[in-house]
Amino acid sequence: MPDTLEWQNNTFLKEVERRSGTPVSACFQCHKCSTGCPIGPDMDLLSSQVMRMIHLGEELQVLESQDIWLCASCEACTTRCPMQIDIAVVMDSLRMMAVERKVELPNARGEQFNRSFLQSVSRNGRVFELGMMVAYKLRSRDFFTDAEKTGQMLAKGKLSLLPKKSGSARAVADVFRRAEEEEKKR
Amino acid sequence: MKYAFFPGCSLESTGWDFDRSTRAVCRALGIDLVDIPDWVCCGSTPAHTTNASLSVALPVMNLQKAKEMGLPVLTACASCYARLRTANHTVLNDPEERGRAERVTGKPYDGRVEVRHLLDVLVNDLGVDAVREKVRRPLKGMKVACYYGCLLTRPPDIVAFDNAEHPSCMDRLLTAIGAEPVEWPYKTECCGASLSITRSEIVNRLSHRLLSMARQAGADCLAVACPLCESNLDLRQADAVKAHGAIPETPVLYVTQFLGLALGLSSGDVGLEALTVSAESLLAGIGRDQ
Repeated sequence: MPDTLEWQNNTFLKEVERRSGTPVSACFQCHKCSTGCPIGPDMDLLSSQVMRMIHLGEELQVLESQDIWLCASCEACTTRCPMQIDIAVVMDSLRMMAVERKVELPNARGEQFNRSFLQSVSRNGRVFELGMMVAYKLRSRDFFTDAEKTGQMLAKGKLSLLPKKSGSARAVADVFRRAEEEEKKR
Repeated sequence: MKYAFFPGCSLESTGWDFDRSTRAVCRALGIDLVDIPDWVCCGSTPAHTTNASLSVALPVMNLQKAKEMGLPVLTACASCYARLRTANHTVLNDPEERGRAERVTGKPYDGRVEVRHLLDVLVNDLGVDAVREKVRRPLKGMKVACYYGCLLTRPPDIVAFDNAEHPSCMDRLLTAIGAEPVEWPYKTECCGASLSITRSEIVNRLSHRLLSMARQAGADCLAVACPLCESNLDLRQADAVKAHGAIPETPVLYVTQFLGLALGLSSGDVGLEALTVSAESLLAGIGRDQ
């Protein structure tokens, strides 16, 4: 049975299942995830199509797609999947794999935002919103979106000029370091 | 009723009015909140999409602190709630991940510190009747669309204290304080969450859809329990309208702001001045501050 052999040689599928801890191969293309996906209209590859591409071992096409970065982690797909596939976690795993394998990210803003956010947490133990936004703007070179909102938010006390550091900030920095070491061992 | 309170980053910045109103309402209802000392960020979406070990370890740091306090944890932010519950679920069910979390934090943790959402405690422990008894200014005639968003009810095996597809806890609370929650189909539809920063045009589309459906269902305002939902629907409302067409200005309040007003607190006590779309039109109907 050549099909079975091919399936078993699909290292991409195996890797995604191992990392996400969820049975991607159980997907039978009912498309319930895609139907309920709020971002569906903005995606080229719907979530059920991503599942299928993983079955087919289309590693590069999946990891290079912008769609894995558009997922808002709303968990509607995970909640509704009749095969209990945690599709939102699959999207997380795909993003991590895309970054690790240094594939060309078609729209890197999602990754730039994550990096800016986590850098702020590793320094302060909490998010320092204004600092995080400046770091993100510098990375993305997207200076104009929402620029007018900053003044408004400052006036309403929604942004502070200085970080509110946690007393455990140093412990958080250690946790970041050790978490990165743990990830390398996965 | 005493809880270790986890405010989370948004409640001390963009959602400070959620923090103020949560504390005020708990005080009025006899719920004692003790802040977790030196709490740290839960990691939110950036952590779970970047580093799985980190996404468990950051919430676990807070749960370890709560364990030392000997108290169950209460949180108001829907996203923090989901991350804390998910970390407990992971540690309880996956010995390998538990080992990883303990190595990363450098401390033992068994996944057994209870994590509750404020709404869960109000509806299921205190009870809507107890809330009703304390009402001093019923929100008579106020038509509210209760918007639960994603993470209060999803994924249900981890967070659920209410129905995942058709939750009702906020509706029951608002009914108890005299308001009239409307039936509407988008209670748990996503607002786009943190895509507001990276892809604001998507959030504009989703927010517009939510606001116009709430209006079509007869609501004059929305109740939320998540700082990101609040900011996407309130701060970004003008952008959504500009991109997708006119909707009457629709105030979006935290559920705790509605509760506080009904309990007789002033608009300042619940931080109404933080809203972008003013709630003035709503206050006119229920009488001024007492």
